[in-house]
Amino acid sequence: MKKLLAGSAIALVLGVSAAAAEDIGACLITKTDTNPFFVKMKEGASEKAEALGISLNTYAGKLDGDVETQIAAVESCIAGGAKGILITPSDSRALAPVVGQARDAGLLVIALDTPFEPVDAADATFATDNFLAGELIGQWAAAKMGDTSEAKIALLDLNPSEISVDYLRNNGFLQGFGVDIMDPTDIGDETDERIVGNDVTNGNEEGGRTAMENLLQKDSGVNVVYTINEPAAAGAYEALKSFGLEDQALIVSVDGGCPGVQNVADGVIGATSMQFPLLMASMGIEAIKTYAETGEKPSASEGLDFTNTGVELVTDEPVEGITSITSEEALKKCWG
Amino acid sequence: MTDTSQPAARKAQEFEQVVDKADRNVAAFDHRQKSLIHRLQHTLHSNPTLVPIIVLIGAVIVFGLIAGGKFFSPFNLTLIMQQVSIIGILAAAQSLIVLTAGIDLSVAAIMVLMAVIAGNLSVFMGVPPVIALAISFVAGTCAGMVNGFLVTRVKLPPFITTLGTWSIFYALNLYLSGAQSIRSQDIDANAPLLKFFGETISLGGARITYGSILMILVFLVLWFMLNKTAWGRHVYAIGDDREAAELAGIRTERTLLSVYALAGFVCTVAAWASIGRVGSISPQAFYEGNLQSITAVVIGGISLFGGRGSILGALFGALIVGVFQSGLRLAGVDVLWQVFAIGWLIIIAVAIDQWIRKVSA
Repeated sequence: MKKLLAGSAIALVLGVSAAAAEDIGACLITKTDTNPFFVKMKEGASEKAEALGISLNTYAGKLDGDVETQIAAVESCIAGGAKGILITPSDSRALAPVVGQARDAGLLVIALDTPFEPVDAADATFATDNFLAGELIGQWAAAKMGDTSEAKIALLDLNPSEISVDYLRNNGFLQGFGVDIMDPTDIGDETDERIVGNDVTNGNEEGGRTAMENLLQKDSGVNVVYTINEPAAAGAYEALKSFGLEDQALIVSVDGGCPGVQNVADGVIGATSMQFPLLMASMGIEAIKTYAETGEKPSASEGLDFTNTGVELVTDEPVEGITSITSEEALKKCWG
Repeated sequence: MTDTSQPAARKAQEFEQVVDKADRNVAAFDHRQKSLIHRLQHTLHSNPTLVPIIVLIGAVIVFGLIAGGKFFSPFNLTLIMQQVSIIGILAAAQSLIVLTAGIDLSVAAIMVLMAVIAGNLSVFMGVPPVIALAISFVAGTCAGMVNGFLVTRVKLPPFITTLGTWSIFYALNLYLSGAQSIRSQDIDANAPLLKFFGETISLGGARITYGSILMILVFLVLWFMLNKTAWGRHVYAIGDDREAAELAGIRTERTLLSVYALAGFVCTVAAWASIGRVGSISPQAFYEGNLQSITAVVIGGISLFGGRGSILGALFGALIVGVFQSGLRLAGVDVLWQVFAIGWLIIIAVAIDQWIRKVSA
């Protein structure tokens, strides 16, 4: 009796809804529930789960990097008898052991957006091909310029840690633009004379502005600006504007957030690569249903160690040979 | 019970003999020649802003030599001013608290929250920008008063109080903004007044923003208040020794509450300036602003133990950080090593402060 009480108390505390035995249960664990990217992800998962008759529990860390809350969430999912977990790990390494426990308990674990280290700590990873996302905007910028021999490139990256999304987008852009990237996992080791420099932005407007000012200090002739995400791009534009140079440089970015797409429409950003958090989550729910019914696990995209959920180039100045959508179309699909 | 037949005037008694060997001079001040270092210690003790000024001038000269003309251009020097202006204003608010022997971890959170409030009201809800700003100033002052209330009435240590309110204000900021930036273009269209401090005055190569001028004005006004008014002297007295101040008749609780309220107000000034500086209103920006403001205060020679240091020191502290970053960058030093250098600056600054404080010993 005591145990039963304790058990139901835990179930109440964890907010696990008691589902009928034949129901398929699934969990979605995001880094936070405030970032629009994850909000969209939750939306995608909830819609799909409802359509497929799956009972979904969602959990989120308090802030990016909140490992403890995510570990507790995985444990609740195991205890709650879910068939599968969709998770964006706050720490790719620290969460690997606990999702290992979940897999041992027979749950399907799918990493969304952020891969585990090692990647095979999860059964599958549904994510954006960040290298391709970078490559698309690199190719677009090169095609837009025509003659790239006079290019002066400013690279606005994330932070000094050089995490995977940072080097993948940065080096993807450079490869697409036609620069020899040397070590594909290193930022800033390139020797190409056309690169003015790298600086870090922390992925926000304030950092983007300061970083752009710094690189303009090195060379005021910058005419191509790569940015890690759209808030950084908005900051870079403010810096260029304050120098009176906003018409001289092409700004490219990655994300597909609604304010970013709006900035493409307003001519602040030349082109951006859009990612699809909603799709990651809805594909994840489908995969859990398939696994619950047939035991079949999803397989990775060809030539990659994850399942690519797609990237689309958004620009209002399309160039020949690169498929793109306009900002007007993109505003219907954007997240946030 | 010694031999009483001996005349006392001729020879002291046995227990008195030791006095003969003692120094018979009248008590006097110590006139021994002080070493150069000792005198330096004294000078620095009475002029707490001297160290940061020396470091600032030294850094400008050194980086001028290393990085050359690019560093010395009026353009770059005014750019440094622009880049430090927001952290500078936050450091002014921080200085007020630190002078009372407190610490405020919530300054940047208050600032970002107030920027979001002003932005939400004027851009999305159609409130006239002047009124939106007025509301944010009232809210910012109240946020400071919440800190002050917890410190003075609930008697919580400032560190714990502001550690808590930091999280609270940050969460409110994420809630109100939906973690989404307000775009520069939307601000231009609906509330250009919010970006007032982003305007620039060009003089030759120099580009001085209103925000840079604002930073200097904030420091001058606060300097005047702290040094030329009774209130200001009370703030110093409380920071130096709260009990003594209390015994001297200062209403310490009231004064402390006013200090926290003023700090909240100054954070809102920083909020307005930050919209001009950044262009957009970003709920994610300045996450480490509280620590950067403490860095500026400490490097500026304001003692974390309270009651000592000039608020102008924080201005020089902020500029020193800016000069180091700009100089190292122009010299082509990696970001990593810029962070490393700032770390050493903090430790050296506090070590110097400790050494100067020993002056009376």
